[in-house]
Amino acid sequence: MYAVVIGGGKVGLNLTRELLAKGTEVTLIESRRDRYLRMDAELGFVVQYGDGTELWVLERAGIQRADLVVAVTGDDEDNILICQVARDKYQVERFISRVNNPRNRQYFELLDIRPAFSATDLILRLIEHEVPDYGLIHLLDLPDEQLEVIEIVVCEGCRAAGLEVQQLELPEGSIVISVLRDEGGFVPKGDTVINAGDEVLVCLDPGLEPQVTALFEAAK
Amino acid sequence: MSFVLIVGSGRVGSTVARKLLAGGHEVSVLDGDPLSHERLDAGQETTWEAAGGRFTIGQAIERDALVEAGIESADVFIAATNGDNTNLTIAQIAQKMFKVPRVLVRVMDPARAEWYSSQGMETICPTSYAVEMFEKALVAPGGK
Repeated sequence: MYAVVIGGGKVGLNLTRELLAKGTEVTLIESRRDRYLRMDAELGFVVQYGDGTELWVLERAGIQRADLVVAVTGDDEDNILICQVARDKYQVERFISRVNNPRNRQYFELLDIRPAFSATDLILRLIEHEVPDYGLIHLLDLPDEQLEVIEIVVCEGCRAAGLEVQQLELPEGSIVISVLRDEGGFVPKGDTVINAGDEVLVCLDPGLEPQVTALFEAAK
Repeated sequence: MSFVLIVGSGRVGSTVARKLLAGGHEVSVLDGDPLSHERLDAGQETTWEAAGGRFTIGQAIERDALVEAGIESADVFIAATNGDNTNLTIAQIAQKMFKVPRVLVRVMDPARAEWYSSQGMETICPTSYAVEMFEKALVAPGGK
């Protein structure tokens, strides 16, 4: 596999090191002279100097034969354009982009640049996971597969508390895939009883979330 | 008369803005730097606002700033910041998110200006013009 990584900040540099350790062929493009020189001392020919949004720089790195392009500069516009050009001009099939400002995520979606990862969003999700103030957490969204996995706290007095999994009136297209209880988790059977205080992981089709969460929220 | 939104009040953006306003168009300018407003006033008898222009301070990529500057009702969108990548991104936002009927984008890099133009965008590349001018000047009579 051949990967072209654009942006030699902390993410790009560490990613390049890891990919090299796995035996992947990598070229890392960095536009800042000082950073380039520092990385050149460590990585040698793997690193190339230039503006990774310019076509000739990408071509010099051999983007035409890249199996994967990773855009991890600190600038969202740059990342968007790199992926757009990689996909539409050079027919690169797989690309991954970093979103620096979560508010720009809408533009990545608008231009169909996916997948796009935001460290801020990822950390926010971890915080939500650790802090029980939030009743509902999105663990995983797979827009292409049309699936979501959410984690819900089973509230005292909700419709689901005390029922067996098979008795839950879950909408078609959703299923309880795991129950977290007493510091552990397990895959439930049909006769597993859901208790208040449990957390359940539900896999569902997008759009079913309100119907699903209604079962686990305290009656109003 | 049309409503033109110009993003970037540098030498090009501000001059185009003034010419369009003088030509009877409604013109709104968006720039992140409050001082860039001075370019719109410089050498004029009245201030930009008194002449009927609009000016919004805000980042080109911020949706709220674009909306405040009037992108939703713009007939023409001109991306003229000093960054090619910003221009190409906001031009596509104007086209695809806000459905602005006419979008012009300044791209300094000739290679990308050409490629995005082949993708259906209306790009303007000052670098190519400059190269052409130099070539013409050098082959013209009097050139050596």
